[in-house]
Amino acid sequence: MFRFLHWLVLSLLLIATGLVILVYKVSVLGYPLAPDTVEPTWVVQARIQITPDTGPIKASLKLPEATPGIGRLRENFISRGYGLSVQDSTLEREAVWAVRRSSQRQALYYQGVFYRDPASDFFAPTPSFPDVPSLREPYQTAMNTIVEDVRRQSADIASFASELLSRINSSSPSEEMALFLNSPEFRGNRVRIARTLLAGARIPSEQANGFFLGDAVRTVPEQFLAVHNQREWLFYQPATGQAGLPENFLIWWRGTQSPIDVEGATLVDLSWSIRRNELGALDLAEQRSAAHGSWLSSVSLLNLPVQSQAVYAVLMLIPLGALIMVFMRNVIGLPSFGTFMPVLIALAFRETGLLAGLVMFSVVVAAGLALRFYLSRLHLLLVPRLTAVLVIVVVLMVGLSLLSHRLGWEVGLSVGLFPMVILAMIIERMSIVWEERGPADAMKESAGSALIAALAFAVITQPAVQHLMFVFPELVLTLLGLVILLGRYSGYRLSELIRFRALAREQS
Amino acid sequence: MIGIYRRLKERGVLGLNARNGQYIMPANERRYYRLVDNKIICKQRLIEANVAVPALLGEINSQYEAGHLKNRLEGLSEFVIKPASGSGGDGILVITGQRDRHWLGGGGKLLDLGDIQYHVAGILAGMYSLGGQVDSAMIEALIHTSPAMREIAPEGVPDIRIILYRGVPVMAMTRLPTRRSGGKANLHQGAIGAGINLVTGKTLSAVMNSSIVTVHPDTGQNVVGFSIPEWSDLLTIATRCYDAVPLGYLGVDLVIDRDHGPLVLEMNARPGLAIQIANNEGIGHRLAAIDNQDQAESRPPDARLALGLELAEANCQR
Repeated sequence: MFRFLHWLVLSLLLIATGLVILVYKVSVLGYPLAPDTVEPTWVVQARIQITPDTGPIKASLKLPEATPGIGRLRENFISRGYGLSVQDSTLEREAVWAVRRSSQRQALYYQGVFYRDPASDFFAPTPSFPDVPSLREPYQTAMNTIVEDVRRQSADIASFASELLSRINSSSPSEEMALFLNSPEFRGNRVRIARTLLAGARIPSEQANGFFLGDAVRTVPEQFLAVHNQREWLFYQPATGQAGLPENFLIWWRGTQSPIDVEGATLVDLSWSIRRNELGALDLAEQRSAAHGSWLSSVSLLNLPVQSQAVYAVLMLIPLGALIMVFMRNVIGLPSFGTFMPVLIALAFRETGLLAGLVMFSVVVAAGLALRFYLSRLHLLLVPRLTAVLVIVVVLMVGLSLLSHRLGWEVGLSVGLFPMVILAMIIERMSIVWEERGPADAMKESAGSALIAALAFAVITQPAVQHLMFVFPELVLTLLGLVILLGRYSGYRLSELIRFRALAREQS
Repeated sequence: MIGIYRRLKERGVLGLNARNGQYIMPANERRYYRLVDNKIICKQRLIEANVAVPALLGEINSQYEAGHLKNRLEGLSEFVIKPASGSGGDGILVITGQRDRHWLGGGGKLLDLGDIQYHVAGILAGMYSLGGQVDSAMIEALIHTSPAMREIAPEGVPDIRIILYRGVPVMAMTRLPTRRSGGKANLHQGAIGAGINLVTGKTLSAVMNSSIVTVHPDTGQNVVGFSIPEWSDLLTIATRCYDAVPLGYLGVDLVIDRDHGPLVLEMNARPGLAIQIANNEGIGHRLAAIDNQDQAESRPPDARLALGLELAEANCQR
């Protein structure tokens, strides 16, 4: 009983571990499940042009930090001759360029690469309740009236904000609202009006400034209204009153002040441009998880040099082939030569393709077998005989390659990695089975081996499978769990149902 | 398919996975495998336990000895050369007589010394051993099948396989070579397998190539209902084998020699499952019945034999 539990828990744990890491990598780190997926990224550039006055210059630019739905991959700063420091405080970042003396007009650049990241949801710290603003009359009374009205027609903070915005945007605004909209003080700035009125109801709010991500040159920041409902920030598009932050809106900074502050120079121009890029989802995930500092990125096979990656891409397929092997032998009950020979043959088929591989396999084995029977007449000892068979296999492969080259079949040339030692062993083993148990058994076993090899080949050459095993090597744990699970399968093999069918039919 | 699966389960038919996982693995300790996998060691253990075996005429452990085989074969005209660690009856060379400088091999083939030396060299190199390790060859006395057995097996050496579970005999069959099996008592190659009633020693039903037969294809002789000669001796000897080799799931292969009576030819730590087809019955229920007994394996041999017969009798009446 203990052994049973031990087995069950261990195998399920292994399966679950592999799957959990996979799910984490897919959902949090954004590794793609399918090969060749591309994800958009955006390069956003801020260009600051300044003309120096006399004396030291200091330019500070607010940097995007907390933007829900958008993540930052990397950033660079370009500024010749300037010292740069990036000040980081909670949910707020600022780049400060400084130089002691400069005489000519100069451009400073900030470039950030952004991607869509559903996991990012920070915006601003939880605010305190604002005080009710004191306005001069008639604004004070108008505000109180509007707040009273809206409060009566709303249930909570979210509906209050929506209702308020719809009144601001109404084509026929109420008398009180018109007062605000036409006031020189507010200059028709809907966010400011809304924030003042929200403060009148003591609801905390914030102004978010940013850009819609999409190809754009010299774009200007747009404003969003953020309202805090004591649990989270809610976003509203001030011009339409639409709730929610669009998927590709990058919040650059918050507050009503300008994002740029220049001392000792005159700001000539501040412009933003956005360029959309496509990046392989896999590269993106790699860079992100490295940026996150996730330990999983350090155990990724993608960190290896490219040549080793190619080797591991093949290596990771072996456990999968072996699992198929276990299944075919212990559940289906196919006979085969050796335990893992079919898996290795399947790997060799990768080089040649299935059909050409099978033909080549049969030709080499058949010819090798004939020569092996001839050799057995010479009474050679085992190891020298095996070596002789191996040499013959090499010669046969060379011959096949030359022949196929002559005939213009390219497949014949790709046999280089075909495991010759394995072929030699197959020939030897087959000849013994042939001599001892007859050709029928030898044929049965080689057909079984070829069938398993073909099946394993069909599975491991799926691009999706190769991608999964390479990008998510933790699946090996899952495979291990499955193998352990299969290891205690004590039911009949499919072949035994046929073998023992006489016992099932007759009732004694 | 699912219907067959359920029927087989119902009848207690043991599959390879269940045999390996539920019986061989728990009952057979790895360290005792050597005692049966190496036939020379096996023979020594059986002799120590006073179990009759075919005489060992010599062993060949090195290529050097193989080169000087001539002296060893001096005066031997009938013998069998086997790999000590062979499996499935592979690599057995049977010599039935001598003609001048040649030996008469199985199937009437004439062999010279070189042929025999080559065969021995192959054995020593591990051609027939499990995993291809270096092996030794043994020269064993030729079995002369008793005339009583010849009745149902005109050719080759018929043998009797008895399965012991925890030292208790549970199932038996006899394997009768046919012309098709090339004189080998190997069901796989077309020999007849006939189940034996443990209590009466009579053959129950017979199969050849997994189809049911009643007569020997070479002679037309009825093979069902035949009384195996010296049955009680065979059972007693087989049961005693457990005391020589404490493997819980054990197949004992016996032959009946014209001159020496029942002899244990070899033992098998992973006996095949075809015996169920030959008996037209699953072995699982019988194994379970023994598992229900308290410490069957620690009883003396006669008690174990008695238990086996008792359970078999109960099984017949069911």
